[in-house]
Amino acid sequence: MTPSPSSPPITHHPSPVTPVPPAVAMRAISKRFGPVVANDQVDFEASWGEVHALVGENGAGKSTLMSILAGLYRPDSGQVEIDGMPVRFRSPRDAIGHGIGMVYQHFMLVEPFTVAENVVLGEQRSGVDLQTARVERELTELSQRYGLGVDPRAKIWQLSVGEQQRVEILRLLYLGARILVLDEPTAVLTPQEARSLLQTLRGMAAQGFSVVFISHKLDEVLEVADRISILRRGQIAATTTPTETNRRTLARLMVGRELAELVEHPSAEPHQTVMPGEPILELRGLSALGEKGLPALRNVDLEVRAGETLGIAGVAGNGQRELAEVVTGLRLATDGVIRIDGKTMTNRPAAEIARAGVAHIPEDRLATGLIGGMNLSENAILRVYAQPPMCSGPFLSNRAVAAFTDRLLANHDVKAPGRWAKLHTLSGGNQQKLLLARELAGQPRLIVAVHPTRGVDIGATEAIHTALREQRARGAATLLISEDLDELLALSDRIAVLFEGRVMGTLPARGAAAEEIGLLMAGISHD
Amino acid sequence: MTDILTPAFIISVLAAAVAAGTAILFACLGELITERAGVLNLGIEGIMLMGALAGAGACIWSGNAWVGAAMALAAGAAMAAIHALLCVGLRANQVVSGLALTIFGGGLSAFLGRDIVGVPPPSTFHRVDIPVLADIPVLGRILFQQSALSYISFALVGFLWWYIYRTRAGLRLRAIGERPEAADAMGVDVARLRALYVIAGGALAGLGGAAISLGTNPGWSEGMTAGRGWIAVALVIFAAWNPARAAVGAYLFGGVEAGQFRLQAAGVDVSSFFLNMLPYLFTILVLVLSTRESTRRVLGAPAALGRAYTREDLG
Amino acid sequence: MTGLVTALSFLLALLFGGIVLFLAGENPLQVYESMFSGALGNWNGVAETLVKTTPLLLAGLGVAVAFRMQLWNIGAEGQLYWGAIFATGLALFVIPGAPGWVMVPAMVGAGLLGGALWGLIPGVLRAWFGASEIITSLMLNYVAILSSEYLIHGPWRDPQSFGFPGTPSLPAAAWLAHWGTTRVHLGLLFGLAAALLLWIMLRRTRWGYEIGVMGENPRAALYAGMPTKRTILLVMALSGALAGLAGMSEVAGIGHQLQRNLSPGYGYAAIIVAWLGRLHPLGAVLVAFLLAALTVGGDQIQMSLGLPAAIAPMLQGTILFFLLGGDILTRYRITRVIG
Repeated sequence: MTPSPSSPPITHHPSPVTPVPPAVAMRAISKRFGPVVANDQVDFEASWGEVHALVGENGAGKSTLMSILAGLYRPDSGQVEIDGMPVRFRSPRDAIGHGIGMVYQHFMLVEPFTVAENVVLGEQRSGVDLQTARVERELTELSQRYGLGVDPRAKIWQLSVGEQQRVEILRLLYLGARILVLDEPTAVLTPQEARSLLQTLRGMAAQGFSVVFISHKLDEVLEVADRISILRRGQIAATTTPTETNRRTLARLMVGRELAELVEHPSAEPHQTVMPGEPILELRGLSALGEKGLPALRNVDLEVRAGETLGIAGVAGNGQRELAEVVTGLRLATDGVIRIDGKTMTNRPAAEIARAGVAHIPEDRLATGLIGGMNLSENAILRVYAQPPMCSGPFLSNRAVAAFTDRLLANHDVKAPGRWAKLHTLSGGNQQKLLLARELAGQPRLIVAVHPTRGVDIGATEAIHTALREQRARGAATLLISEDLDELLALSDRIAVLFEGRVMGTLPARGAAAEEIGLLMAGISHD
Repeated sequence: MTDILTPAFIISVLAAAVAAGTAILFACLGELITERAGVLNLGIEGIMLMGALAGAGACIWSGNAWVGAAMALAAGAAMAAIHALLCVGLRANQVVSGLALTIFGGGLSAFLGRDIVGVPPPSTFHRVDIPVLADIPVLGRILFQQSALSYISFALVGFLWWYIYRTRAGLRLRAIGERPEAADAMGVDVARLRALYVIAGGALAGLGGAAISLGTNPGWSEGMTAGRGWIAVALVIFAAWNPARAAVGAYLFGGVEAGQFRLQAAGVDVSSFFLNMLPYLFTILVLVLSTRESTRRVLGAPAALGRAYTREDLG
Repeated sequence: MTGLVTALSFLLALLFGGIVLFLAGENPLQVYESMFSGALGNWNGVAETLVKTTPLLLAGLGVAVAFRMQLWNIGAEGQLYWGAIFATGLALFVIPGAPGWVMVPAMVGAGLLGGALWGLIPGVLRAWFGASEIITSLMLNYVAILSSEYLIHGPWRDPQSFGFPGTPSLPAAAWLAHWGTTRVHLGLLFGLAAALLLWIMLRRTRWGYEIGVMGENPRAALYAGMPTKRTILLVMALSGALAGLAGMSEVAGIGHQLQRNLSPGYGYAAIIVAWLGRLHPLGAVLVAFLLAALTVGGDQIQMSLGLPAAIAPMLQGTILFFLLGGDILTRYRITRVIG
């Protein structure tokens, strides 16, 4: 069933009588994860010889939809057709067998191996001999044909990120993929690499492949795509072409909200106007590197004042995580200055920053902030265990610890059997409430909250929003990073948008046209 | 002193090194493939003991050393299967599981072997000269006047080298030890393969035990492997997970053992203690070097060694 | 739940062991009864059990504290030997004439120091180079044993021993006090005191808290500003020190000289003690006692029934297997990284 890698896909010539089936047709796809509806009756098509871009904000359902196409998930309802024939994929291997290959954001490559060896690993061929020479030859030919520029004998660890990505594409082509799906492919690339990739994708479409790529960068999308589908809240908002639309329209379709939607949000409350005080957090020219050594923050200038909440909007992967880590001392800044409460705190150790009155609600509570295997008391005192009254001399005071923990649990309505319960037995919402309680206990000057309500039930979400509001009223400065635009709009005074590590713009949250934010998130500054 | 170190003496030491190193080599190769697959098995000593017992016992019962060798393979595989079940299947702590296996193997072998202590096996893997090759000066004496098991071990080194570096299966083996997620994404059944290599490794270690009880020290006695299993574990690192280097290391250890014995017999007072320490100290050095990023690519351990692998739940 | 799994492991192991015994033609009930009465049925047996409990407890505590920080210290055996070496050296050459009330505390100090230094080596290699402490501590065991052999056969050899290699006997002041006529010696009290102190330290002090957090979630520890590298070194030193104390107490309490086979694998058995005791100091006390009872019981049936004492390690290994298997029921989801 797998077409041989050396022959290009058949380009259908339309006949007047029978319509040409699209390469991919997804009909009425629905998928939910627990209470969250990721895809709701989505119709999506991609044709041969076309580049189709899938666009939407965080959580719109783009990755889920494509994961279904790539065989990672099974849809709850709806149908997938490839070349007109209905298919049911049970695994990614099934999908590859039907010619669909997905390039993920995390590459599945074995570093000490060469490119050819990685490809051989994925071959379903039996047989003892490695036959790397043959594979290398075929890869070289494929690479040349599609302009990928990959040397099959290179070892993966020697290659740049962009090159590794092309290896992933090459591997898929070798395994017979005719439909390529890429999830935010330019997120990890330098601008030149991004240009080069987009050209390559156009070239492949010209040779008859069907290319689908997820992106939030509207400039790229308009330049390269033949068709654009916009997903919003799990539904297709529109499908259009670059000639029929422009950036503003796309942005509006991506993030547009009716006023009514905003008001209905559980956290929408009349926003008390608080006069912001002096600046608590100042970032000037802040730059930092990300995981793979690529720049994650570029020359960021931001300011958060006492009694103010600054929301950081942006599609995931544009530097938000790195921003939080640099401010809280978990990542080194390569340039620029961080001032907290007037004192320069650039690259100070995390503990020192915490002592300066900075609270951190991290992105992944169980990885950084909380200790799943320990009990509630032990988690509660993480920040304060070394100071009186928790400890006097070398000894911890059980009584003080107990009192402290009980107070936290009560004040923030954390539902738990008792102080001695192990943290991992609590629900996500209650874990987060405890984390918040602990961080806020010290009357922090600055709160860095990253996705504070991710994976948290609605009741806990409200409680957390209330707690953050209280802190704001108390005079704390809050840096709120969230993928949930509604949350940002409801809680922030101002919103700054990050794109590719830069602040694209800052707007007041009240009365912000969602369209403006959408444009900034998509990389389009005011024009 | 110099009249002791004649060429004849050195050659005899080298020949003895190969003979003594064969058992260690089998065990080391077994641990090597296990660790290549990403699993640490500290139970080799216990497995070797069970192999030694099975070998001697089966030979005494059947009268045939080859039957003994086969049973040693089976015993080693069975012991390692426990480790595979616990560590691959149930993701238990690999360090503790391996140690439990060593202690268990030591106890079980002593218990089961209680009736055959000191009973000489009716047939052993004695020296078999290979015609023609055995007459080659120097090398002939060292390499081709050995036991059948030693010849098998030579072949095994070659086979494993070819297997690991030149076959598809070997590629998969290296992949599951380096980056199991990538192998999984490519459709490789990581758990199944890991279990298989743990068991195969155990079988080889068992055979190593038989190489002692049916080879160099015929018969069975409690604890007769005398720490060779631990040496084998150290050797894997010393060899940087490469079968050819493993052979060099095994013969080095064998040589130290053989050489010091002979020197003492010749009346030379050698502070053998420090000589004996060298391999262990050297192993530490290799380990430290192989952990540093710069040398890791050349010498490095399989990146996923010791970590249990679970696939993220699919929706 | 954890306690249930532990208890169940014991029982299942006894059952399995019983089956093996039965298949080997023995009467399991008779064997177990004999083991039990030999180890615990009379004062002699209890005394022997307490004698063996001592090194198991001390070394087991050392291993437990290291394991709590996910420092897999396999080197307790070597650390034990170096504690013994330092204590012997002190008693024979440094202050041979000292009175008991000076000698014993000094030897305790020497034992702690010797073990601590030996434990620091893998600690340093891990903290500074990231080298796996599993392998380094394991290798150092052999170096330690060989060092001891060297001293026994060489510079510290007792010129008056004929064929039994060992150092001269320690001066009488260095001999640890005995309980009545039994072989139970002061070392047991050291062990119990160490267990208590360790328990207090882990539960009640900030250092113990830090060790717990670092072992469970190093990132959270980093965020809280805990000094990870320094703690790795201190914990490895403490771990080694406790094992070293075990070595010292064996030399000063039992053999009264440094000799070959000072330890029949106490350092390795200590790992079982730590694991079965769920890394808890009081658990270690209980398990050390039980394991010692098993061992003495094994020796007993060797004498009375002619069966190999090896039944004890067989059972010990089996208990551990069941525990490891049963652990999956109680284990928290995050996979622990080894080495």
